[in-house]
Amino acid sequence: MNNGLIIGQYVPGESLVHRLDPRTKITVIFFFVFIVFLANSVVSYSVLTLFALASTFTTRIPIYYILKGLTPVWFLIVFTFILHLIVTNEGNVLINIIGFKIYSGGVIQGFAISMRFFLLILVTSLLTLTTTPIEITDAIEDMLHPLKKVRFPVHELALMMSISLRFIPTLMQETDKISKAQASRGVDFRTGPLKERIKAVVPLLVPLFVSAFKRAEELAMAMEARGYQGGEGRSKLRELKLEKRDFIIFALFIAVVITLFATRNY
Amino acid sequence: MDITFNHVSYIYQANTPFAHKAIDDLSFHIPSGSFTAVVGHTGSGKSTLIQHLNGLIRPSDGEVSIGDYRLTNNAKPADMKELRSRVGVVFQYPEHQLFEETVKKDIAFGPENFGVASEEIDKRISRITADVGLNEEQLERSPFDLSGGQMRRVAIAGVLAVQPEVLVLDEPTAGLDPRGQHEMMEMFHNLHEQQRLTTILVTHSMEDAVRYADHVIILNNGTKYMEGKPEDVLSRKEALQRVQLDVPEMVQFLDAFEKKFGKKIPFRRQSAAAIASEIRDRLREGDRYE
Repeated sequence: MNNGLIIGQYVPGESLVHRLDPRTKITVIFFFVFIVFLANSVVSYSVLTLFALASTFTTRIPIYYILKGLTPVWFLIVFTFILHLIVTNEGNVLINIIGFKIYSGGVIQGFAISMRFFLLILVTSLLTLTTTPIEITDAIEDMLHPLKKVRFPVHELALMMSISLRFIPTLMQETDKISKAQASRGVDFRTGPLKERIKAVVPLLVPLFVSAFKRAEELAMAMEARGYQGGEGRSKLRELKLEKRDFIIFALFIAVVITLFATRNY
Repeated sequence: MDITFNHVSYIYQANTPFAHKAIDDLSFHIPSGSFTAVVGHTGSGKSTLIQHLNGLIRPSDGEVSIGDYRLTNNAKPADMKELRSRVGVVFQYPEHQLFEETVKKDIAFGPENFGVASEEIDKRISRITADVGLNEEQLERSPFDLSGGQMRRVAIAGVLAVQPEVLVLDEPTAGLDPRGQHEMMEMFHNLHEQQRLTTILVTHSMEDAVRYADHVIILNNGTKYMEGKPEDVLSRKEALQRVQLDVPEMVQFLDAFEKKFGKKIPFRRQSAAAIASEIRDRLREGDRYE
């Protein structure tokens, strides 16, 4: 069921990163994604890498698990590297195979871009690895709050998000169950001509949709039975509150940003 | 077909922080033609066990053999489809797998996949609808218009239409009304006898285990806790209570009877009527000597 892909997977823990306010994590990661593109020298890349690795180790999630989970992304990273190796014609010629030249600029460029890519994926996956979906939606609802002034349905959006996130594992389980039941009835999802395999999806999709609709109806009924009527006047069970550690992390991150700007071009 | 588990273990999501051993070093043998009940508390590994029986999952360690088919961590039978046509599995809430436009098409789906000729399928359908208690008129209706109990019957008919040699039932009566439960179990038992199936029943119900099975396996935390004849295994109250299971009502009654009257009637899976006459005899005996 879980083919080692960890994007979107939450790993429970008690580390500093786990306990940070989700708004802190989202803000830091949001800005990190931008500043990754500002790095342009060995030192500035090192600063960012150090920050990313330090955060990763602080989560206390086994590093091999994270790296293995990024397997599908490795392909993209290697592909990016090779692409830059081939198309860049700057710097000295390093290797010349029958007119096909690889330049030093290509190696540097390829390395830099793949590094960017790797840092982006690593840091963003830390968010979902250490934050429950509920925390993420609470944080988004809170951060989008100002939009309420222009009548943007912030609460409804957050609710939709948390419901869909909540049902992803359920639907995955359901898919697993139904595909096993149909495999027992002789459906072959893995081999055979493409046309047959596409046809094999019908016995999987129909029951999946039927149960998803049924579930939605039951959920709506249960919510109504418990008096749900939208966000107006609804109190919160989990109040988000910024702690001392959040301010320390913000300070630390600003320090990283300043160092980055200082070390650009070095 | 004989079924043998030889030191089988199964780990979900191996090599991740979520790794979880569902079955741990499990060995047992199910002879061909037997009616085996697999009983255990929730999470004891029952559902994982049955997924091995038609090769949906393969053991992380150890070997499973079903007739001539062998499953290990790195070996599977060349013809998995053939194995699946010979081992039919009725999963929990099988009505969730229905998808066709009509009941008839849904029942025919399995046999069609396994390459059974269409005249033969028609023959099987008319026989099986009677067996499971559906009527001919329902065959042309959409399965989604039927009641929950009838949908269950359609799904079961879909598995039976393949005519497997081994029939695996995962709590087939869960959620049915008492009468439906009884009818369904009687039907499985009749089929078992008539077609000499090897039947494996996963259940919570001690009553069903004691009434229908001739071989019982009790699972606890993925390991075998007890195995044997139902009258031996299912009368061991203390041992069963240790794994959150209860003895069948009949055994409870005989226990209470012994406490009250000081007379022991051994449990041999006799019927209620047989127990009643035994009680009469024993009480008369008592009159004579007192």
